[in-house]
Amino acid sequence: MIARVPPAPGTLASGAPALSRAAEGGVPALAAASALQAARLVLRRDLQLAFRKRSQLVQPLAFFAMVTMLFPLATSPELSKLREIAPGVIWAAALLASLLALEFLFRDDAHDGTLEQYALSGQSLTWLMFAKTCAHWLLTGLPLALMAPVAALSLGAPGTSLPGILLSVAVGSVTVSLIGAIGAALTLGVKRGGVLLSLLTLPLSLPVLIFGARATQLAISGAPFLAPLELLAALAVLGVTLAPLAAAAAVRISLE
Amino acid sequence: MTWTWFHRLASPPYAYALAARLTPWFAWPAALLILGGLWGGLVLAPPDYQQGEGFRIIYVHAPSAWMSLMVYTTMAIAAAVGLIWRIKVAHAVAASCAPIGASFTFAALVTGALWGEPMWGTYWEWDPRLTSELVLLFLYLGYMGLRAGIEDPQRADRASAVLAVVGVVNVPIIHYSVTWWNSLHQAPSVMRLGKPHMPATMLVPLLMMLLGFTLFFVALLLVRLRGEILSRERSASWIREVVRA
Repeated sequence: MIARVPPAPGTLASGAPALSRAAEGGVPALAAASALQAARLVLRRDLQLAFRKRSQLVQPLAFFAMVTMLFPLATSPELSKLREIAPGVIWAAALLASLLALEFLFRDDAHDGTLEQYALSGQSLTWLMFAKTCAHWLLTGLPLALMAPVAALSLGAPGTSLPGILLSVAVGSVTVSLIGAIGAALTLGVKRGGVLLSLLTLPLSLPVLIFGARATQLAISGAPFLAPLELLAALAVLGVTLAPLAAAAAVRISLE
Repeated sequence: MTWTWFHRLASPPYAYALAARLTPWFAWPAALLILGGLWGGLVLAPPDYQQGEGFRIIYVHAPSAWMSLMVYTTMAIAAAVGLIWRIKVAHAVAASCAPIGASFTFAALVTGALWGEPMWGTYWEWDPRLTSELVLLFLYLGYMGLRAGIEDPQRADRASAVLAVVGVVNVPIIHYSVTWWNSLHQAPSVMRLGKPHMPATMLVPLLMMLLGFTLFFVALLLVRLRGEILSRERSASWIREVVRA
């Protein structure tokens, strides 16, 4: 089930034991590193593991493209109509795609004991959770933000609106990743927790959806979109300060 | 100041006995207030000059909506207490709150829809307050779903407590972000300082209903709490004595 490629020499090993001993290649051991170093190690490890399973990386993006494609087929191919619903389509699709990837945020690490090693490493679990959330955002939020303008173009958005759409999805998805990390950590002990994860995460992500869709809509109509974008940024800042704490608490509970 | 009263509350047998003793003290005033409020609201109060008789649903709608939020706050506080001091009884309180709060939220949504039909001409309107009430229902459902999904009761307690605390931070954010849209809902007309917008014959029954619903909630909570404690402590020896008595 957890088929991981053995680590290449000179990189941080993916297995749990490697976290306690100093890995080769000058990478400090997790337990001996400072909080920031430890977070960087976890971030690098997660990115490395993700790039070894490229198909899993692409899946949320393919899902996003598929959902976007459903709407023209289900409603009408007229660009004037599609342009009206474009913000909603993009944001609903991005939220769902991000959720899809969240299910795997902690699952493998919980299975092979890595999470336990994190909790026992003496490092602040909050920082490590923040690093894992950053990795999730880099792997799904950022690619989704890069894809959103393409989807918007196909839904009839003018070219001038693309920077605004990219920015709003990029900033908004930070908060989605953070809230999702709490949800994913809480549902760790739940069998088939995917549906529950969406039930927990979607209501909490509503503010992001509202401000994000508004920013996108304003961008498409050519109006200034800075106000909702700033609100999105405020939510992201609030999330960065509080969500890793809650996620760390939730992970600790799941390990009890 | 001694904290013994607080510490004793954390003991399941003591909390169980106290809940049993307190229940009638809340249940009877609640019944009297609700009956009196209903009579005052449905019979004595004059019909509204704009909404006619239809406005009378406010006597159920407004207290339910008020309770939906208050129960969530109570639940989150109990969950936080349980999380911080590891008090089992506090987790039991939080667990007992959730179904009650979900029911109040549901009642507020249904009465709101029934009220909306004659007043706005539609059962459902995507208006901020309706929408945040619906989101609140989802928060309750998520809380109960998480609790039901985790098999180990202690982990279920603590995980759902984290969720309740996260939720309570989010409720105001959700509410204000949903208010982003324009509202069809009439502005709040009860909690306003200065000149009251309601004559006393309408207002007094409403306040009676609010207080009655609050006491009703406490009574329900105490009953549910006893059930919750019984099922959690079912292997403890003191239960045998209580059940035999």
